[in-house]
Amino acid sequence: MRREGSPWTGLWAVFFKEMADHLTGLRMRILEGLILLSALAAVYTGTQTLRQTVGEDPYLYLKLLTTAQDPLPSFVGFLSFFVPLAAIALAFDAVNGEYARGTLSRILSQPIYRDALLFGKFLAGLGTLAVLLLALFLLVVGLGLFTLGVPPGGEEMARAFLFLLATLAYAGVWLALGLLFSVLFRQPATAALAAIGVWLFFAVFFPILTDLAASALLLQADPFDPESQLRQANLALWISRLSPNTLYAETLTAVLNPAVRSLGPILITQLEGAVLGTPLPLGQSLLLVWPQLTGLFALFILLFTLAYVAFQRQEVRA
Amino acid sequence: MAVIETRGLTKRYGRVVAVEGLNLEVHEGEVFGLLGPNGSGKTTTILMLLGLTEPTSGEARVLGLDPMREPLKVKAKVGYLPDQVGFYGELTAWENLRYTSRLLGLPEAEAKARIEEVLRRMGLWEVRDRKVSAFSRGMRQRLGLAEVLLKRPKVAILDEPTLGLDPEAAREFLELIKGLKAEGITVLLSSHLLHQVQEVCDRVGLFHKGRLALLGTVEELAQKVLGGGYEILVEAGPGLEAAFGELEGVARVEAEAGRYRVLASRDLRSELARVAVERGALFGLALRRPSLDEVYAHYFKEVAHAA
Ligand SMILES: Nc1ncnc2c1ncn2[C@@H]1O[C@H](COP(=O)(O)OP(=O)(O)O)[C@@H](O)[C@H]1O
Ligand SMILES: [Mg+2]
Repeated sequence: MRREGSPWTGLWAVFFKEMADHLTGLRMRILEGLILLSALAAVYTGTQTLRQTVGEDPYLYLKLLTTAQDPLPSFVGFLSFFVPLAAIALAFDAVNGEYARGTLSRILSQPIYRDALLFGKFLAGLGTLAVLLLALFLLVVGLGLFTLGVPPGGEEMARAFLFLLATLAYAGVWLALGLLFSVLFRQPATAALAAIGVWLFFAVFFPILTDLAASALLLQADPFDPESQLRQANLALWISRLSPNTLYAETLTAVLNPAVRSLGPILITQLEGAVLGTPLPLGQSLLLVWPQLTGLFALFILLFTLAYVAFQRQEVRA
Repeated sequence: MAVIETRGLTKRYGRVVAVEGLNLEVHEGEVFGLLGPNGSGKTTTILMLLGLTEPTSGEARVLGLDPMREPLKVKAKVGYLPDQVGFYGELTAWENLRYTSRLLGLPEAEAKARIEEVLRRMGLWEVRDRKVSAFSRGMRQRLGLAEVLLKRPKVAILDEPTLGLDPEAAREFLELIKGLKAEGITVLLSSHLLHQVQEVCDRVGLFHKGRLALLGTVEELAQKVLGGGYEILVEAGPGLEAAFGELEGVARVEAEAGRYRVLASRDLRSELARVAVERGALFGLALRRPSLDEVYAHYFKEVAHAA
């Protein structure tokens, strides 16, 4: 049966309300504080290490983002740790919270479709994270200017911007997961726990599993046939790419390190004529991570679609 | 004109039948009561009328529109007050209505004027800047009605509007509902507190296990089920039971030590008084509207007996 009227009616009303809720909410304050503190710590160590090499490196700011010094991880390391948590924190009670407060049937009795509610909530989460990331990024660049005393170059900025976009895509995946769980589980606490469980799985257990799988695969390869070894190594790589964390990490590697020319094993023959260590132009790096970015995007679309379908089938009363 | 019309409307949840074969017509400008005990299918019916739940079979028309095909048009003209209505506790009353006005797509100036109007009307203007989490149940309920009015609806659907209110607040709320009717808004209200809402309803439909069992005005139903639409209480001398029973139009007399309860098909107060005075003394006389609870209990006892 065809429905009449646009599914987007009311989308912006939902978006602005949710965005205002996020930006003024206590939850967001806590997240901001956490991210800010860790980012400052990371940038501090970064600048300490980099001071010595100023002037030698054309991609100083990218180094600033990626330099780690024990025991502190790099700024990027911090972000890839916190972004999923922040996204889950913004989404885990999006729909079940409306049930719990008894507001859902009242909101849906206004002339809007459920589409607008779900999509508005998703966009608001993404918008909030975008604001947060942009603010953080500007802070880091500002601090860098202050301590390093050199302005960032144009290509450097473009790469940093691409890094932000990739991070946002990565955040979108976790946001969609949080939203899906907020539809599937009636208790916000259950949804939060389930989402964090998935995150833990991919952050901690998945790498262990893929390592195990990789060594098992290599054992199967014929030790005297390099081609079969390469095949097995590639297979292991593909398995590890089933995780959004791998996709994101690979994207960051290529975007933030212009010297990276490949994201998998390469044969020595493929390097013929290449000047090792020379940076790739931005377009080439982008081409390199295109499949990873697409993968992240596809994952997000899949999760959001699942959430959408589940929400459409749900009864409005609690 | 029928504002709400359903034909064979049915909703099943798996093997549970929530509403079955509902044929209903609600006319313009009336207050219609959808009454019945908990779990009899009232809320399900309402959700189908708003296009919030898809009927298993049958069809519904609200203001001539199909709620499944054109839900936005229906919801733009029909106000809905859910049972257990909830608001965003961290927002003020005003902010909550502001959000609704945005969802309605009202322009800024118009929205502000309407919000002020409905908040004043519901007596909430003084507390507009208070967070809703601090509101009492009665205030929330009035805020819910304010939200319904914000839409300038042609039809207002109120689900269990007096549930959880103390008797005084419930009475006030029923007065507000009468106000809607005076304004020309068609009202469909549901309740399991039959006696509480029977007075504001022009017509009622009694639900029993998903089926509409009885339909009509309270007097018609009392007439049909109890045999008398009028209930008269008489206090007089003893031994008048037979004499009262002989009067024309009396359906039933119950006596208990000088107190008589007479069910009749018309207002027999003067005749009863005459009989009482002729044979002794009359101490008191009162006309009561028959209680729907009694109608309901009596009807389903009869049905159960017949089955
Ligand atoms: N989502 C659901 N799944 C299964 N059964 C349901 C669902 N919602 C309502 N019901 C059943 O439908 C019947 C009618 O419920 P409802 O319309 O809420 O009654 P009322 O509003 O009159 O109290 C009840 O027996 C209830 O258990
Ligand atoms: Mg109900």
